[in-house]
Amino acid sequence: MFFTLTPTSGQPLYLQLMQQIRHAAETGALEDGDQLPGIRTLAEELVVSPNTVVKAYSELEHEGLLELRQGSGAFVTLKRRTRSRTDSVQAARRRIRDLVERLREDGLQDEEIRRAFEAELLYAAEAAKR
Amino acid sequence: MDVIQTHLLTKSYRDEEAVRALNLSVGQGRITAFIGRNGAGKSTTIKMLLGMVRPTAGEATILGTPISDAERSCEVRRRVAYVAENKPLYRYMTVGQMIRFARSFYGDWSAEIARKLLREYQLPADRKIKSLSKGMRTKLALLLALARRPELLILDEPSEGLDPVGIEHLLQTLVARSAEGVSVFFSSHQIAEVERIADHVCILDKGCLLVDTSLDDLRQSYRRIDLAFSSAPIGEEFRIAGVERIQTDGRHLRVFASRNADIVVERARDLNAISVEVSPVGLRDVFLETVKEN
Repeated sequence: MFFTLTPTSGQPLYLQLMQQIRHAAETGALEDGDQLPGIRTLAEELVVSPNTVVKAYSELEHEGLLELRQGSGAFVTLKRRTRSRTDSVQAARRRIRDLVERLREDGLQDEEIRRAFEAELLYAAEAAKR
Repeated sequence: MDVIQTHLLTKSYRDEEAVRALNLSVGQGRITAFIGRNGAGKSTTIKMLLGMVRPTAGEATILGTPISDAERSCEVRRRVAYVAENKPLYRYMTVGQMIRFARSFYGDWSAEIARKLLREYQLPADRKIKSLSKGMRTKLALLLALARRPELLILDEPSEGLDPVGIEHLLQTLVARSAEGVSVFFSSHQIAEVERIADHVCILDKGCLLVDTSLDDLRQSYRRIDLAFSSAPIGEEFRIAGVERIQTDGRHLRVFASRNADIVVERARDLNAISVEVSPVGLRDVFLETVKEN
């Protein structure tokens, strides 16, 4: 399993790692019972602070996607919930793909689409607070 | 718990204040980076912490011990390893002699770690230090620091003069030690490195601490927001908490925010902005913006 973290992307590295693991589980690239590298191994491999890996693993454990066993590492635990989520994520992907396709047909550049998404997400987060 | 804590720590040289009323805290088990321009006061701060320079005012503790406590400071220095910027080593000694020499000072010395790193770093034990490359000298200095099994590792510009492979190796070493529970505090000019491995970053400029934040918070909260309006906007409308800088250019407005980007976006919409674009800000930009404003 390979991960790529982007330090300048404006998203905490632990969140990037969580998303990549979650994504791998949702697409089937990671299966129930698969073992992930130990904290030190992955930190050295990605050259990131071990705290980044610790945080990502423990948040995923909290979500029920990983099981951390003392001394032996992290194991993927796919529950039914994850599988049904796989379907809705895939459905959302299709809708986004359609939308992006239409925006491109309207002549928007990818970078413009990206910024528009970012602005909308920020706005939605603010609206949800109220 | 904090491994380093300073309270109004100040150092003046004649008419110049090298470090001004610094309140710094370095958390245990974290990798903390200390960045700033040349002469910002980074090395002076580190030297005060290690008892090599006496503060003009203020106080500090390192591993819980006040730096002013001369008696206990010796004991503390055994638990702290320091890799200096210029890597002062005895040039006429061989690598092996230097290791044996350093070993004699430290009761906690681990021959196993020294052997392991000697192999890992591919250091030639019988070469004279004066004939080593800069990268090898850094590796030797690191080996000497790490074999002491410190609780806290302080490094002043460790990557200075290293080639990309050497830098990668250094970063991996720091990450590995951190995984073993060592707290790491290092100063650097290499923002890209800091951005990769640090948990926390402190930006020092003209002796003042300007930014003290976790990299997670920085990534999550710092944003550049570019706005366009149908008529020239009033920049002051965006003067809210977290907005560090506002630039206007005709109908365009650029906001640099350390937090509350969502409120800026909301205000822009209330003011009928034609276009709202939000982009993340990397550590390099945060550094340049803060230093420019200072």
